[in-house]
Amino acid sequence: MAYPTDRKYTKEHEWIQPNGTTATIGITDHAQESLGDIVFVELPKVGAELAVGKTFGTVESVKAVSDLYAPASGTVTETNADLATSPEKVNKDAHGSWMLKITLKNPGELDGLLSAADYEKFVAEEGGH
Amino acid sequence: MKNRIRKATRHVNQNEGLIFEKSSSGKAAWKLPPLDVPEVDASKLLGSAERKDLGSMPEVSEIEIIRHFTRLSTWNYAIDLGMYPLGSCTMKYNPRVNEAVARVEGIANGHPYQPEKISQGALNILKTLSECLIDITGMDAITMQPAAGAHGEMTGLLMVRAYHQSQGNARKKILIPDSAHGTNPATAAMVNYAVENLKSDARGMVDIGALEAQMSEDVAALMLTNPNTLGVFEQDIHKIADILHAKGGLLYMDGANMNALVGKVRPGDFGVDVMHLNLHKTFSTPHGGGGPGSGPVAIKKILEPFLPTPVVVTKDDGTLGFDYNRPHSVGRVRAYYGNFGMFVRALAYIQANGPEGLRQTTEDAVLNANYIRKGLEGAYDLPYSTATMHEVVFSDKLQAKKGVRTMDIAKRLIDYGFHPYTTAFPLIVPGALMIEPTESESKEEMDLFIDAMKSIAEEVEEDPQTVLDAPHSTRVSRLDETAAARKPILRWKPSV
Amino acid sequence: MRYLPKSPADREAMLKTIGLGSVDELFAPIPAEYRLSRDLKVPRQMAESEIVDYFRQRSRENGEGYTSFLGAGAYAHYRPVIIDSLISRGEFLTAYTPYQAEISQGTLQSIFEFQTMICELTGMEVANASMYDGSTAAAEGVMMAVRLTGRRSVVVARSLHPEYREVLATYATHQGMPLSVAGFGENGRLNLKELEKSITPETACVLIQSPNFFGTIEDVAAIAEVAHKHGAMLVVSIAEAVSLGIVEPPREADVIAMEAQSFGVPLGFGGPYCGVIATREKYVRQMPGRLVGQTVDKQGRRGFVLTLATREQHIRREKATSNICTNQALVALMVNIFMTVYGKVGLKELARQNLAKAAYTAEQFAKHGKVLFAGAPRFNEFVVQTKEDPHAINSRLLRHKIVGGLPLNKFYPELGNAALWCCTELTTRNSIDAAVRLVADRDASAPSTKEEAGVEEVAR
Repeated sequence: MAYPTDRKYTKEHEWIQPNGTTATIGITDHAQESLGDIVFVELPKVGAELAVGKTFGTVESVKAVSDLYAPASGTVTETNADLATSPEKVNKDAHGSWMLKITLKNPGELDGLLSAADYEKFVAEEGGH
Repeated sequence: MKNRIRKATRHVNQNEGLIFEKSSSGKAAWKLPPLDVPEVDASKLLGSAERKDLGSMPEVSEIEIIRHFTRLSTWNYAIDLGMYPLGSCTMKYNPRVNEAVARVEGIANGHPYQPEKISQGALNILKTLSECLIDITGMDAITMQPAAGAHGEMTGLLMVRAYHQSQGNARKKILIPDSAHGTNPATAAMVNYAVENLKSDARGMVDIGALEAQMSEDVAALMLTNPNTLGVFEQDIHKIADILHAKGGLLYMDGANMNALVGKVRPGDFGVDVMHLNLHKTFSTPHGGGGPGSGPVAIKKILEPFLPTPVVVTKDDGTLGFDYNRPHSVGRVRAYYGNFGMFVRALAYIQANGPEGLRQTTEDAVLNANYIRKGLEGAYDLPYSTATMHEVVFSDKLQAKKGVRTMDIAKRLIDYGFHPYTTAFPLIVPGALMIEPTESESKEEMDLFIDAMKSIAEEVEEDPQTVLDAPHSTRVSRLDETAAARKPILRWKPSV
Repeated sequence: MRYLPKSPADREAMLKTIGLGSVDELFAPIPAEYRLSRDLKVPRQMAESEIVDYFRQRSRENGEGYTSFLGAGAYAHYRPVIIDSLISRGEFLTAYTPYQAEISQGTLQSIFEFQTMICELTGMEVANASMYDGSTAAAEGVMMAVRLTGRRSVVVARSLHPEYREVLATYATHQGMPLSVAGFGENGRLNLKELEKSITPETACVLIQSPNFFGTIEDVAAIAEVAHKHGAMLVVSIAEAVSLGIVEPPREADVIAMEAQSFGVPLGFGGPYCGVIATREKYVRQMPGRLVGQTVDKQGRRGFVLTLATREQHIRREKATSNICTNQALVALMVNIFMTVYGKVGLKELARQNLAKAAYTAEQFAKHGKVLFAGAPRFNEFVVQTKEDPHAINSRLLRHKIVGGLPLNKFYPELGNAALWCCTELTTRNSIDAAVRLVADRDASAPSTKEEAGVEEVAR
């Protein structure tokens, strides 16, 4: 699949879409596929601080819980309330379902992340295709 | 469906709705005797605390209740019906004499606070069972208080911490093998220890090198299951104990797999300092649909001062009593003395067996697991070739090529008249099939099981969709667990 | 051995199939130095009749035939016979945890009904499938409040069962949860002024019991107001489930931690019992223990499954809401059947009889001693203060095969010669009158010095 080029990706399968000093975060289509039916998304509260590489929430399927890792550091400004009632939206459209918005503390951190093409390659290798 | 299904046949069974759907005002299943003291006016006695309405609690007759639960019972699988090959659950026969003796009046109706003078019967049972379990485990003392295995783990770790505190260094970490049951890390976290994972080696056993590297004076204990969850006996148990003890750490053993050891070897003899037992596994007390259990914790002398309060003692006059004067105790882990009803059953089990019976039970348990291993080798992938004790772990690697996973095979096994084995555990074996027959299985039952599993393996090759859509013969087919988790409906509600 | 279904011929055949010569070879993995070469020191193998005799003898040594006035968290109520008829069915007794839903619908549906009825009785929105008992349920309820509020300290009522407080202290020590205790007043209820003083911005919850250890019903609404005003949650423990038939449940609570033993579970010298946690729907993800949910199968048929399993240890491991795995399922089934037998009308009648018996008994005792904690309603327990030491009284009663109220000096020494008495629907007027007479009538059986010495041993 072709991953949207308007954002960067992490090896933990999150995407981050920057917009000046703010950014939007979600999980990739590959992530939702490996998780299976998502039943619950646990996100931090508005105002919480994210530290790059550290866990900030979880995504649950029926039989498993996966940690969400912060692609970049920042402060949470908004969380997607839709996901509390309809977590299946992440399965239907992972790239269109944002989880939270942050103000970026250190925009330079994004340079270290994967581009869409690199991420696609990473996923292919990980899957052993 | 293939006619290789020999153990089970479909049969008409009764439907039954929720009891609330049968409820109707005016029906009753109860009758109280007339009051022999004056009537009271509840509103006068209770005032605003009086409850007027019990909402939609049901009103039904006795026969409806008998039919309700009898019908429900017929929808369950049970040990009384056939084998449960569940790994590490030890689904053995639940002897009925256990049930009979637990119901004898003085035992069933004893109040935990009744005077010690008229509690000698219960105290005697406590003491006798404790002594038996101490000899079986090779330890020095025991507490019977914990209500289940996980509760026992918690109690054991509390004593570990108390011990280390008394030595001047509380220590922060617990090492747990990656093959461990989920209760182990959950318990360590509840007791506020940091959990550090210990990798298994290629044989599926504790990696000695990794243990040496990770052992330090900040490690309070290693929580080990032996035999481990692969059914493999830790051959280097001596080295493991030495590495821990050399740096002042303690060896905790999860006793879930004691069914491979009773009468043949004792954990206290191979270096274990503290361990819990599961009376509802090794000692035949019934699983009852999920409990009650009992998780006594056996310890070495060094931990004795920290035992939960109270402790059974023999007084100067020869009678038994409880000692509450235990200044170093970790405290109580529950009210009263433990799941006493399970002690009665476990003691009856030990009495029915005697030393010879217990040993033969263990031998049969290990023999059975090895027989099944032999029967299924080739049909299923065996990830570890190490010698098997009382349980064996296969993987779904061969079947995965056809898109069939362990859960699917397990569901198809239901059509063959068996309860599934343990799926997807231990975590170190992707797609695991964990099988523990116990000593309670006859050769006949096991041959049927082996044949069923082989037949399913063939079905995977020839007609995988049958396996993927299984079970086909049950009252309900696979249930939508996703919907149940997304929009939980956790109670019945009357229609408005 | 009669539980082992294999003949020597079977074993031979199996060893041959495996390719081994003897069973000993199967134990080769055990290092020789550890292999046990002697018999275990357990009683010799007994015939079934011998086992029955053994326990009958123990039963005779365990107060068979005595009349008891003990409560204090464990209650003697009549157990309808169909409870044992039904739970003794092998399909309930010997079934495993219902992880494989398709062949466990019996267990799952009965738990769903249990959860429903607990909600109805407690006024809460969700209930779990059971905890070990009331004491650990209270501790786990407190831990829920700690997780939900993000605060760490706890205010505990002194009128909460002393052993429940001990258990909480054990759990709290290692979780770094400071506990403070708020006392009770003249009417036996939690002292609201003391409560106000004890609550801080760090208080996660207030934990009370109602009816409390003394049998007194707390002013739950007032306590809830104080707690909530300070941002703390209210956890209410209920030890005498029968009270729910006639006493308003603590609807203002955030979490209810119950002991359901009164509902058809034998006293059994302290266990197994049946804890339950009930709470509001919004807290369900922080609730420990198993939960059964309703769903549909592939054909749209209604069915039940264990759900929200991601809270539990087998998935979350060290991040689980609790380490609990095995719970009290069969005992919860007893409770389920009991609640179904009595139902909407019966539970109220049962509670009324309890109320009446205790009221009558307290009235009689008031003629010969002081019944404490007037000024607040109570259910089926009360405290009697006497001139005579309750241990001496109980020694006297014991000679008449009566077990008197629990002496309270161990737990509440400031109450002096006080004992906690309980009456249920099973307590007969004859035994009440006999007990009252014996308590009042010291001279009728004036103890010798030797008998006075026997008094100590009744102490708990």
